[in-house]
Amino acid sequence: MSELLQKSNQLLRLTTRRDRIRALIWVLSLTFITVIIPGTFNSLYSEQAERDAMAETMDNPAMVAMVGEGDLENYTIGAMTAHQMILLTAVFVGIMSILFVVRHTRTDEEEGRIELIRALPVGKLAPIHATTIYVIGVNVLLAVLVALGLWIQPIDDLTLEGSLLYGATLGGTGLCFMAIAALFSQMSESSRGAIGWSIGVLLFFYVLRAVGDIGNEFLSLTSPLGWVNRTFIYTENNWWPILLMVAFTLIVLLVTYQLNAKRDLEAGLFPSKPGKAHAPKSLLSPFGLAFRLQRTAFISWAIGMLFLGISYGSVLGDLESFFQGNEFLTEMLVQGEGYSMTEQFISIIITVMAMIAVAPAILAMNRLYGEEKKSRLELLFSKPVSRKVVMGSYLGVAFINAFVSVFLAGVGLWAAGSMVMEEPISFGAMVGASLNYLPAMLVFVGVAALLIGFKPKLTSLTWAYLVYSFIVVYMGNLFQLDDWIQQISPFGHVPQLPVDDFEWMTVVIFSLVAVVLAILGMMLYSKRDIHG
Amino acid sequence: MGNVIQIENLTKSFGDFKALDQVNFEVKEGEVFGFIGPNGAGKSTTIRVLLGILKGTEGKATIFGKDVWEDAMEIHKRIAYVPGDVNLWPNLTGGEVIDLFAKLRGDYKKADREALLERYKLDPTKKCRTYSKGNRQKVALVSALLSDADLYIFDEPTSGLDPLMENIFQEDVDRLRKEGKSVLLSSHILSEVEKLCDRVGIIREGTIIEKGSLEELRHLTRHHVIVESNETLNGLESVDGVHDVQQDQNKYTFQVDTEKMDAVIKFVSRYSIMKLESAPPTLEDLFMRHYEGAGGEGE
Ligand SMILES: Nc1ncnc2c1ncn2[C@@H]1O[C@H](COP(=O)(O)OP(=O)(O)OP(=O)(O)O)[C@@H](O)[C@H]1O
Ligand SMILES: [Mg+2]
Repeated sequence: MSELLQKSNQLLRLTTRRDRIRALIWVLSLTFITVIIPGTFNSLYSEQAERDAMAETMDNPAMVAMVGEGDLENYTIGAMTAHQMILLTAVFVGIMSILFVVRHTRTDEEEGRIELIRALPVGKLAPIHATTIYVIGVNVLLAVLVALGLWIQPIDDLTLEGSLLYGATLGGTGLCFMAIAALFSQMSESSRGAIGWSIGVLLFFYVLRAVGDIGNEFLSLTSPLGWVNRTFIYTENNWWPILLMVAFTLIVLLVTYQLNAKRDLEAGLFPSKPGKAHAPKSLLSPFGLAFRLQRTAFISWAIGMLFLGISYGSVLGDLESFFQGNEFLTEMLVQGEGYSMTEQFISIIITVMAMIAVAPAILAMNRLYGEEKKSRLELLFSKPVSRKVVMGSYLGVAFINAFVSVFLAGVGLWAAGSMVMEEPISFGAMVGASLNYLPAMLVFVGVAALLIGFKPKLTSLTWAYLVYSFIVVYMGNLFQLDDWIQQISPFGHVPQLPVDDFEWMTVVIFSLVAVVLAILGMMLYSKRDIHG
Repeated sequence: MGNVIQIENLTKSFGDFKALDQVNFEVKEGEVFGFIGPNGAGKSTTIRVLLGILKGTEGKATIFGKDVWEDAMEIHKRIAYVPGDVNLWPNLTGGEVIDLFAKLRGDYKKADREALLERYKLDPTKKCRTYSKGNRQKVALVSALLSDADLYIFDEPTSGLDPLMENIFQEDVDRLRKEGKSVLLSSHILSEVEKLCDRVGIIREGTIIEKGSLEELRHLTRHHVIVESNETLNGLESVDGVHDVQQDQNKYTFQVDTEKMDAVIKFVSRYSIMKLESAPPTLEDLFMRHYEGAGGEGE
């Protein structure tokens, strides 16, 4: 074993050196969003009575589906913070770990860097081991900083044990997804595939937990994200989920190391089969090429979004029985709005699904820059092919991704919902409510196109914008955020059907904004250097 | 005959760094122009400007009399290009890539395709991810040779090919010349340039330092001369045009400026000569002279 791991330490140093800024930014931002919350809650809900009222409104399936379970009986500042924040934060910690792992395993391998390293007197498992240790280090650092940052606050119920558990839960989730990403880095031949599969699994675990938390506790216990809330930090302080996380990580890592030691460098799990000697007609155009390159991703996302819709739809029936048992809620909400709780739940779910559906569209658009980074555009542009047509093709693929993703999510929600609900919502209303978000989603595609045309190094800003939108729209309901903070995001403007009324203006305006951004992007793209 | 490529005072800066500084050269119709220079000299950058992928900072470059940036689309209908580092889509097959490129150029000759695949021994059913470097290069070569272009631009096209394939490529370039096509060939393989090119341009640190036909360039450099004599060649060092004299008993090895050859032979002929050998300068000598001092340049 030690032979296989030789020189891991030197590689670890190299990895840390390459990533120090990136890791620090992630860790500090995640720590920051966590430690500012208790103070905010403390000023917003200073009385226990206010917190209990909050607990009451949190006690509904829509909230449970989104943030998971909490200790609503003892809703202290600490319990409230843990309940409302930890799951979402854990998801981001998971994404961080996935990106870091793939970056240092499959990406390095794809680019031929591992080959260089493996030619040196370095153990077979050293590259993956160095990556594992490095990502563990990042997660431990995060755990310690979060624990410290929470514990030092002058709020009584932020105990030392609870704070440590808070950090450990975030770090533990990071470890689970580190292991998952390491596993997919062995199986998938491309870094894109490894990231896609890992994030897909993360979403799957999230939804599995949502469905489990509402109906069937057992399902939640099979999902690492289901373990997160079962720590009941600052009240019960359960440590067993941490043990589960560590055990899960160790087992997955063991399999990963074995696969890594066995397989060929640069290979995946399945050997490549010979393909066609001639190109099908559908490939023979810039659009055909752009689509073909992303076909697998497109199909996977489409299926994923359909399942996401179906999963949320399947709890719509439980929702009604849930309300029947809770007179207080039914009265308060139904009378207040003139819409049923189920409809409000649906409108929130559709917003969340639409924001998730932006991801495949941004991925499709940014692929154009990915191609440039891999120097694959040089040959293409030496043909009589205009830049505008090529960017237009990627815009087209992004549009199709956005449309199909949000459409199928709506279809899934409708299909599953109509089977379990007593008074199903019509297909038109449900899918219409989903497609209502399409123009806002396309604004993100436009932003991505603009950045690729203007300064491609800034493409990650598109993601930052989406994450921002997600956070403000998600938290806008919890904290009394100023309107403008939400309105910086297109999602802050879109009426939430079926609760709000449909507005033609937002559809028209966002469509126009998206088109203008895309045209600007194409113009700038035609004017700049292509670096390969 | 007109110029197919015309480059005047072309400068390209990346931020503060000048990758090309006042580059001037032209490729005439029907000639094979060799473009050589040390690593990082600016060959690929020049070619990318010619392809309209990079925008020249200053100066002018035209192909077929059209501006390489403004009229890129028009120009690209009549050129074919092979990069030195061929990056293809890992999940498409070689055959699919060849078809795609052929279609994007607009012309398509099925019979030639099969012949070229056969000639270059390329299996079109393999995924690009599984091709070796040389085979990836062959995909680009087959695709370029398949097109009926007027100008072929090759950037180190044989850097991954085996000697057999290199030969086949050289035959094909020769055929292109006979068909009256123009070729811009950047290469580090000097024998290849010597064999194929009518004229060459040498670039160093972003500046063209020499250009002309091989004959003209040879004049700029020195012949190797070996003389054996049983007399001592007194004063050989001080003869104008003689350099680097080395004596090994009665054997003298030295270099002579081409234009001073006559005087040197006259000087030597005053002694009794057992053996006289004179080798014309090789392209290699020429490059060595120009490349020296360019070390340390690069990424
Ligand atoms: N996008 C870029 N940004 C900054 N510098 C660049 C860029 N592209 C090229 N250079 C620099 O320009 C110089 C010329 O590079 P170029 O690729 O043209 O060299 P080359 O003559 O083709 O070398 P080689 O023989 O190694 O292929 C190099 O110093 C390189 O580092
Ligand atoms: Mg080069």
